Amino acid sequence: MSAFQSGMAILMLVMSLSLGAAVWRLLRGPSIPDRVVAFDLIIIHLVGLITMFVVTTGELVLLDTLIVISVLGFLGTVAIARLIEEGRS
Amino acid sequence: MTPLEILTLLITLVGVFFIVVSSIGLVRLPDLYTRVHAGGKSGTLGIIGVLLGAGIFFISDLRIVFKMLLLIAFFFITAPVAAHMLDRAAFLTGVKPMEDTTPNELAGRYDPETRQLS
Repeated sequence: MSAFQSGMAILMLVMSLSLGAAVWRLLRGPSIPDRVVAFDLIIIHLVGLITMFVVTTGELVLLDTLIVISVLGFLGTVAIARLIEEGRS
Repeated sequence: MTPLEILTLLITLVGVFFIVVSSIGLVRLPDLYTRVHAGGKSGTLGIIGVLLGAGIFFISDLRIVFKMLLLIAFFFITAPVAAHMLDRAAFLTGVKPMEDTTPNELAGRYDPETRQLS
């Protein structure tokens, strides 16, 4: 393992701990919008982790999954926001 | 390490720093609106850093660079839209801001039936 790969691995470790903090807010969040914010941030963590994994290992196929994951994250956030707003009463 | 790898590590480090700051803000801030602020702005800036780092690392393959720039543009457009929709839905369903919010200019100005600003 080269020095570059070691540095990337350390960054991915830090990112994983930060992902744990976001999951904590997802599980605890007092209201539903809190959980949706945490979901949005978890999607951002996922995209970042996959990007760093591709840079480290050179698995270029995984770059296409980034597009799908980011679109799914945006659509999920918008869908739940609409559900919260319209589905009251 | 080649200079390209050092540059990639530095830019990715900046991105990871902002994402970690965003995550800390999500855990520590007191109410929903400040948490959306942390997740929406700092998280977007961080993911732009990480994607830009990957784009610089694969600079010899222009297709990957273009894909990364496309993803950056996508996050730049969609993150504020999602954050604003979420904030609006939360305010309309009665999620209270923290006690110290002194100029709460939206309070009582939304018509609950039509959901328009009066």
